[in-house]
Amino acid sequence: MSITLTIDGQSVQAEEGQTVLEVAKRAGVTIPTLCYHPALEPLGACRLCVVEVIQRGRSQIVTSCTMPAEPGMEVRTSTPAVMESRRTVLELLLSRCPNVPVIQQLAAQYGVTEPPFEADDPNEKCILCGLCVRACNDLVGAHVLNFSDRGISRVIGPAFMEKTRDCIGCGACTIVCPTGAIEIVLEKEALYAAKPLGPASAIYVPFLQAVPRVPVIDTDACIRFRQQARTNGELADACGVCQLLCEARAIDYTQQDEELDIEVGAVVVATGFADFDPYLAPQYSFGKSPNIITGIEFERLSNSGGPTEGEILTAEGVPPKSVAILHCVGSRDKHTNKYCSRVCCMYALKQAHLVRDKTGADVFEFYMDIRAPGKSYEEFYERVQEEGVHFIRGKGAEVTVQPDGKLLVKGEDADLSRVVAVSVDMVILGTGMTAQPDAAEVSHLFGIGCGNEGFFTEAHPKLRPVETNTDGVYLAGTCQGPRDVPDTVAHANAAAAEVLALLTKGEVVISPATAEVNRDKCVGCGDCIPVCPYTAIARVDGKAQVNAALCKGCGTCVATCPSGAIEALHFTDEQIVAQIEGVLKWV
Amino acid sequence: MGVEFEPRIIAFMCNWCTYAAADTAGVSRMQQSLNVLPIRVMCSGRVSPEMVLRAFRAGADGVLVMGCHIGDCHYSNGNHRTIKRMPLLRNLLGYTGINPERLELQWVSGAEAPRFVEVTEAFIAKIRQLGPLSQEVME
Repeated sequence: MSITLTIDGQSVQAEEGQTVLEVAKRAGVTIPTLCYHPALEPLGACRLCVVEVIQRGRSQIVTSCTMPAEPGMEVRTSTPAVMESRRTVLELLLSRCPNVPVIQQLAAQYGVTEPPFEADDPNEKCILCGLCVRACNDLVGAHVLNFSDRGISRVIGPAFMEKTRDCIGCGACTIVCPTGAIEIVLEKEALYAAKPLGPASAIYVPFLQAVPRVPVIDTDACIRFRQQARTNGELADACGVCQLLCEARAIDYTQQDEELDIEVGAVVVATGFADFDPYLAPQYSFGKSPNIITGIEFERLSNSGGPTEGEILTAEGVPPKSVAILHCVGSRDKHTNKYCSRVCCMYALKQAHLVRDKTGADVFEFYMDIRAPGKSYEEFYERVQEEGVHFIRGKGAEVTVQPDGKLLVKGEDADLSRVVAVSVDMVILGTGMTAQPDAAEVSHLFGIGCGNEGFFTEAHPKLRPVETNTDGVYLAGTCQGPRDVPDTVAHANAAAAEVLALLTKGEVVISPATAEVNRDKCVGCGDCIPVCPYTAIARVDGKAQVNAALCKGCGTCVATCPSGAIEALHFTDEQIVAQIEGVLKWV
Repeated sequence: MGVEFEPRIIAFMCNWCTYAAADTAGVSRMQQSLNVLPIRVMCSGRVSPEMVLRAFRAGADGVLVMGCHIGDCHYSNGNHRTIKRMPLLRNLLGYTGINPERLELQWVSGAEAPRFVEVTEAFIAKIRQLGPLSQEVME
């Protein structure tokens, strides 16, 4: 049911059940609030949202957050009476909390600069609006916070003001609190772990290019899922703010991971890489200071969609004056990964360029050699050199956190033949690419090879770079080995082309070198069946039979057969013996 | 004797790893002795004990069985069979009067051409020291 009312002379439509505040907000009329939150039941506690309502010829001052909109109602939001009321409210609020910026600003807007009364406690921040109480009880369902005592001794807190295990540390109270009166106190490490350079919210778009580009819910961080898990499903409807506020009604908490069975003609394995775990190189003190970050964390920091909107800041919130970038973290090192990760030199140079460009800080690059073999890469390296980056030829040996929080980077300058140490504000670890931790499982799943490093093996390093030893399974990108974006795109395009070639051909060519059973000799012992890696042998009518379409001709069954009943075509016993005798005859 | 003993060694090489390594060693112009006579098989798992014995009977002074490293087998686990068969065969060789040292199993991946040379040269040196098989069997 739509109803019509007037706000500041403007005729507006409203739904029945909406409050005056909601209607005004939608109509673009600003009404100051402190204790209002769209996801919570209004309480009318702060009294800032007062407006004048004229109904049936009578005028009254009411809180707009609790006043239901009614047909024919006339609302005025800035009459002298309203302004006077708000001024009084702000005088009292400022008297209670003289040092809260939000209140100071609001008060200044209404011409209140000095509190008329002296504060009991000049550091008081809580205005007793009860937003946190409502969030904790109605949204989170933790029932930790509530009012206690009465009158001037009224306070908000947990029962008996004691620590309680019922608090799940969700932080909802700190988010809704308008005056910043609540802080979450965490141990230092927990604080660092809780504030990585990752998403700040439990619901977020994974990354800007995500397909589909929709938000996902991190169920480990989401209050609703956490409360569900904590209470074994008893409390299933906690929070729900995102669902309540989503106008498209797109949020569905009941969605589950699904397993789909799909029949396909080819598979492209593109499982990517894992960032090298910097804790495995403890000499770089990763985790001991929030200003020691990995390359990928720096990417997040310098991204305009990141936590600092692209500003390069230390954990203290100021631009660094000096930054050290360490190459080959976890790469080209017999203690970690022996191989060169290929992309790190170039990304480290790019990051040096970004730091110089955005902050002008001194940048020290600790490197063994710069590997810049791509198109225009060497030129970029020269450009970064010209930008005044200090290149120190020698791997960074150690990073230590100084008592004043600065970071001391030690290394050997091979050009000067001496040990150097620089004190910097931020250290970027040029972590390399490693195989995904579950690469071995994936390789077994598809029957494809996997080298010692965990990268999948291509059928031939030069001639068949995207095929695997298993027909129909192709590789794309860094799951096969470290490579940068252009190379990955080329590799992936090649894999797609191979797949199309396979699928459009309509038939599959197989090697004629397969195993064949001589049924007269076969005694049906079945020894050959378990040794076949391709399950190509079955017992048919009591004797072994090879499925030539599955057989790859390895010949393991031939060597296994106790009665010599299986022959590997093109590699028969006779042929091999003839070769042996032949070569021995002539030498 | 006069002429120095030149061992004749039959080397079974799997198509995917060791044969490729041998190929690379050749293409890379690595110095190698001529005593190794390569026999290509699709997989080291194809090499039956009988085949090794036939090589000795045909006059080989030593037999090398070479394949992919464990975990790298082109056929997933063909070399798992080889690694069980060859030590067993070595144990039995003694009963035939053949020194078990004349049979060796080595893993050489396609990328390990230097290792291929190293392994074959070491084996040649060992067989050279052991002398001709015919002499040993007659003793």
